[in-house]
Amino acid sequence: MSTAPSPVPAGVGRGPDAAAGPAEQGARRSRARTRRSARRGAGAACAALMTPFFLLLVLVFLLPVGVAVWLSFFGDDQPELGFGPERTVFTGLRSYRAVLTDPTFLRGLGTTALYCLVHLPLMVVLSLALALLLDSGAARLRRTAQLALFLPHAVPGIIAAVIWLYLYTPGLSPVIGLLDSAGVRVDLLGVDTVLPSVVNIALWSNLGYNVVIFYAALQAVPREVTEAALVDGAGPVRTALLVKVPLVRGSAVMVVLFTLIWSLQLFTEPMLLSQASPVVGARWTPNMYIYDAAFTRNNYGLAAAASVVLLAVTVALSYAVGRWSTRGARPGGPGRTGEGGPR
Amino acid sequence: MSDPVSPRAARPRLLGRTAVNAVVWLSVLYTLLPVLWLLLAAAKDRDALFSSDLLSPGDFSFAANIRALLDMEDGVFARWYLNSLLYAVGGAALGSLISVACGYAFDKYRFRAKEKLFSLVLAGVMVPPTVLALPLYLMASGIGVVNTFWSVFVPVLFNPFGVYLGRVFSQGYVPDEVLEAARVDGAGELASFFRVALRMLGPGLVTVFLFQLTAIWNNFFLPMVMLSDQSLFPVSLGLYVWNSAAVVTPDYYPVVIAGSLLAVLPLVAAFVLLQRYWRSGLTAGSVK
Repeated sequence: MSTAPSPVPAGVGRGPDAAAGPAEQGARRSRARTRRSARRGAGAACAALMTPFFLLLVLVFLLPVGVAVWLSFFGDDQPELGFGPERTVFTGLRSYRAVLTDPTFLRGLGTTALYCLVHLPLMVVLSLALALLLDSGAARLRRTAQLALFLPHAVPGIIAAVIWLYLYTPGLSPVIGLLDSAGVRVDLLGVDTVLPSVVNIALWSNLGYNVVIFYAALQAVPREVTEAALVDGAGPVRTALLVKVPLVRGSAVMVVLFTLIWSLQLFTEPMLLSQASPVVGARWTPNMYIYDAAFTRNNYGLAAAASVVLLAVTVALSYAVGRWSTRGARPGGPGRTGEGGPR
Repeated sequence: MSDPVSPRAARPRLLGRTAVNAVVWLSVLYTLLPVLWLLLAAAKDRDALFSSDLLSPGDFSFAANIRALLDMEDGVFARWYLNSLLYAVGGAALGSLISVACGYAFDKYRFRAKEKLFSLVLAGVMVPPTVLALPLYLMASGIGVVNTFWSVFVPVLFNPFGVYLGRVFSQGYVPDEVLEAARVDGAGELASFFRVALRMLGPGLVTVFLFQLTAIWNNFFLPMVMLSDQSLFPVSLGLYVWNSAAVVTPDYYPVVIAGSLLAVLPLVAAFVLLQRYWRSGLTAGSVK
């Protein structure tokens, strides 16, 4: 199937999945002339349907990436001798050097790395385990349970952060009140506890979303496969771990990928917690660093360089996950069932 | 082969069943209790809130809290709510139509470099919008539209995942034969999209709309970067500002809690009522 020089209506040679019977193909040939005269109309229609989206893509995706890269190489230079207007001059890699040697930025990257190390395995294991339990046939009221688990996804991130912040705040929180009366004193916003507290907010928000993705993929596993495993004497746990889990590998890759991408963008929850906890500084994560550089320090070059570094890290890690997932996978394997989406 | 329900095997199975249900319902409690807390806390006045005495039926001040919320700072909350509705409903309606139209074109037409263009779309899915917020701000300030309705509304229209879903749904729901028939009947290409295909894509369009609605309603970084005029704020940003005030003035706590509850309601309602649509969005891969 070669690509035509101009858009043509589909329906001809769309591959084996669209293979039509011989009679229908004959009918199609007789309509070929009509189709050819419609070719130009089809091209215009195709362009009309695609143009709005691609205008947006250029305006709010490609241009901003370009602007960020461009800005990262320029900076405001103090005029010589202190006279005259400030000028924007080419500064080469100066902004990058400044970002990469800034201990607050590196600490932010470290915080994010630690956050990913805690959050990612917890999220994948818990959501997959819950989906397997729901799929095992032993759970009752499966749809209701799924809806309840999914509910936090409908709660905006900032509201989730507000709810949990109040549940972490002594005096306001019934949980801390209960623990207190049992003689247990915890500071959930302390130096060692604030990271798990942020992980908990993210876990609460997205657990159900990923459970539904895994559950949908598990439902697509052919019954014969699991029944065969049971006949061969594997118990339900072994069937789940050795038969079902490898079959939903594609969904696992999507969950890992999107959880990773969004973990790197951590901003809303710590931003809100920073209002209440002195432990969370203004540059606690890379995104907070970017916000601080741009709007507190008014250093756009620095903020742009940090944005480009963060983007590069995101792309590199996504690529690594992609490579890792295709290694040894079945052809056409990953990403077939249960695609995750941006939250 | 042994009988699967022999009495010896039945007991561990029953135990297993109980354990499975216990774990599932514990997780459900984990997800539901914080929302329940929000509901109960919204009905408490400031003093009851701080005594952590949520279940005492005595001082029920839900209506008073809502009134305080709507009166706060000259009723700016209603304004924020309206803004959020405008950004989210307007943006999701227009954005999902744009994305699904593009996804449909990706499915039904052939042209050069199609798959290259599509991987550009997928790259858009991979790049989170927060990375682009700062350069967008600088572009907007360059053309003087920073701190306007459009500075938030236009960027949120961009929904590359909607294009992906649109292509998958178009493949699954719109048979080529139907379009062929419309062409034979003399319908123009655009007319067959709007009159024939769009109707078949209806459920898919609702799915894309729902996901985009959630994303825009939850949006926080972009409005925070773009807007300084309080009358343009969405609810999320307004509540953030009030929460920072609550640290100093505890009177804001009941207001933030009541406001959070109102901000959660429309999405929860949408998700409960439109269950089958978000399910189909999350399982879109298996439509293929």
